[in-house]
Amino acid sequence: MSETQRILILHGGLLVLLFVLQFVLPAYHHGNLARIMVLATYAVGYNILFGYTGLLSLGHALFFAAGMYGMGLTIQHAGFTPAPALLVGLVAGALVSGALALLALRTAGVAFMIVTLMFAQAGYLTILYFGEYTRGDEGFVIQQAQRVLWGIDLSDPTNRYFAAWGLFGICLLISLWLVRAPFGRTLVAIRENEERVRMLGYDTFAHKLTAMVISGTIAAAAGAFYGLLFGYAGASFASVQYSIFPLLWVLLGGAGTVLGPFVGTLFMFYLIDLSSGITTAYMLIAGVVLVALTLFAPQGLTGELRRRVWRWLP
Amino acid sequence: MTLLSTRGLSKSFGGLHAVTNVDFDLPKGEIRALIGPNGAGKTTLVGMICGRIAPTSGTVSFDGVDITALPAHKRIMLGMAYTFQITSVFPRLPVAENVALAARRRLHGQEVDAAVSEALDRVGLTEAPDEEAGNLSYGHQRLLEIAMGLAQRPRLLILDEPTQGLSEGEIDGFKALIRDLAGETTILLIEHNMKVVMETADRVTVLNFGEVLAEGTPQEIHENDAVQAAYLGTG
Ligand SMILES: Nc1ncnc2c1ncn2[C@@H]1O[C@H](COP(=O)(O)OP(=O)(O)OP(=O)(O)O)[C@@H](O)[C@H]1O
Ligand SMILES: [Mg+2]
Repeated sequence: MSETQRILILHGGLLVLLFVLQFVLPAYHHGNLARIMVLATYAVGYNILFGYTGLLSLGHALFFAAGMYGMGLTIQHAGFTPAPALLVGLVAGALVSGALALLALRTAGVAFMIVTLMFAQAGYLTILYFGEYTRGDEGFVIQQAQRVLWGIDLSDPTNRYFAAWGLFGICLLISLWLVRAPFGRTLVAIRENEERVRMLGYDTFAHKLTAMVISGTIAAAAGAFYGLLFGYAGASFASVQYSIFPLLWVLLGGAGTVLGPFVGTLFMFYLIDLSSGITTAYMLIAGVVLVALTLFAPQGLTGELRRRVWRWLP
Repeated sequence: MTLLSTRGLSKSFGGLHAVTNVDFDLPKGEIRALIGPNGAGKTTLVGMICGRIAPTSGTVSFDGVDITALPAHKRIMLGMAYTFQITSVFPRLPVAENVALAARRRLHGQEVDAAVSEALDRVGLTEAPDEEAGNLSYGHQRLLEIAMGLAQRPRLLILDEPTQGLSEGEIDGFKALIRDLAGETTILLIEHNMKVVMETADRVTVLNFGEVLAEGTPQEIHENDAVQAAYLGTG
């Protein structure tokens, strides 16, 4: 079996499994998994910039929120239907990430982290400032009637699950294709040794800019779908916390692996879910497990799997 | 035909004049050695030529076009390649991928694989293309650097002390490779090993304290008293 076949079977297999699970899972986990797939999409986007290009952003909540509000505000105030509203969300994400990239990519390392953090914070404050439209922290509900896409009611759990699955599947395959294509390989090389890539004749700035726009647009797609599928948009999704989450998920699952974002999001979600069922000090349990993981699996779960067993994992 | 020329090229780091007012011409097809004592400014000079280092003043032309304002990656695309004095490969990527990154800038698909094996072949690094580059010995990483330069098929190949850290046998292989490349491409070779210079270079430029001290055939340079005093006496 060739490497490509193995890769297709593994990643395709996960998507098939997720599709089939829809018919067997009890309602509670069914709902969870829909949410996890949308959040994992967010992490997939984050991973392209952090895991593959080596740029640690602390401002991705800005892109997630750009998608969510681009979609939500046009539905709420302009009477858009979901399809064009989603498109507005995507375009907003692409524009915001492109603009931030032009500014932030003039810096590197810690300065890049700080610049992205500051701009994301500015975005959060902007949402609060325009509370008249955004309803600030309290947020606004997107009514069931506003969530019908091409005749499909997205508030229905089954439809919601399929929409989340479709979004995740498309973004996972985009990411898989990207990192195996010459462009993605150049990103990895930039992560490893940017000066050398430049001296091989590549415009590294343009590559990083493109990576950031792709990453930001996928994050925005996740934000837009999250708002639409769960019927709510609020400023907390633009807060620092939502910039830290994808970083954690990707680190746990394995930065620079295609499956890592999903594995990490799933793991973290159920870690908090299960430990909060046992004790109110659930953050403590979660914290201990996280510390143990960083000690014993510093490359994340999928990263360790690649190091120890499947060297061919993309 | 002149492929590369610099006029009044200078660089100072703070108060330190690393390169001063260098006029340098390199005809197409020539193998030119650039020699000089440690700290003479050789790496700084070629850094300005390939765009890694911005000059304080002066100009660089390539193929008759003033490229002083071009960023490094555009100069590379015009046909320059630079191999680093301090080994700079991608240690966590496979050997073949290191070379493929160099080849993919001009080739696509199947052609890349062919160019990769050809370049690895030429430097004699055929054993472990899937090994991580960081696991290679120091000498083999130097050879990998050269293979990356070759895979770019440059019109001007700038090699910054390529034989540093190579074994005697590998140095012989390197000399054969340079002779083999003669006629294919123009080479600017920074080199401390005088045997390599004598046996491969058409002409030699000597840099001392950032200035051109002498220029001539290897024989002339060997017999030049000023050069002897500045440099060869120590080496
Ligand atoms: N980035 C820098 N900042 C400050 N000084 C520098 C810098 N790069 C080089 N220099 C100084 O400029 C002078 C020329 O250095 P350069 O590396 O060009 O010499 P070289 O001829 O390549 O020497 P070597 O044979 O040791 O490689 C040296 O005195 C060096 O210390
Ligand atoms: Mg040097």
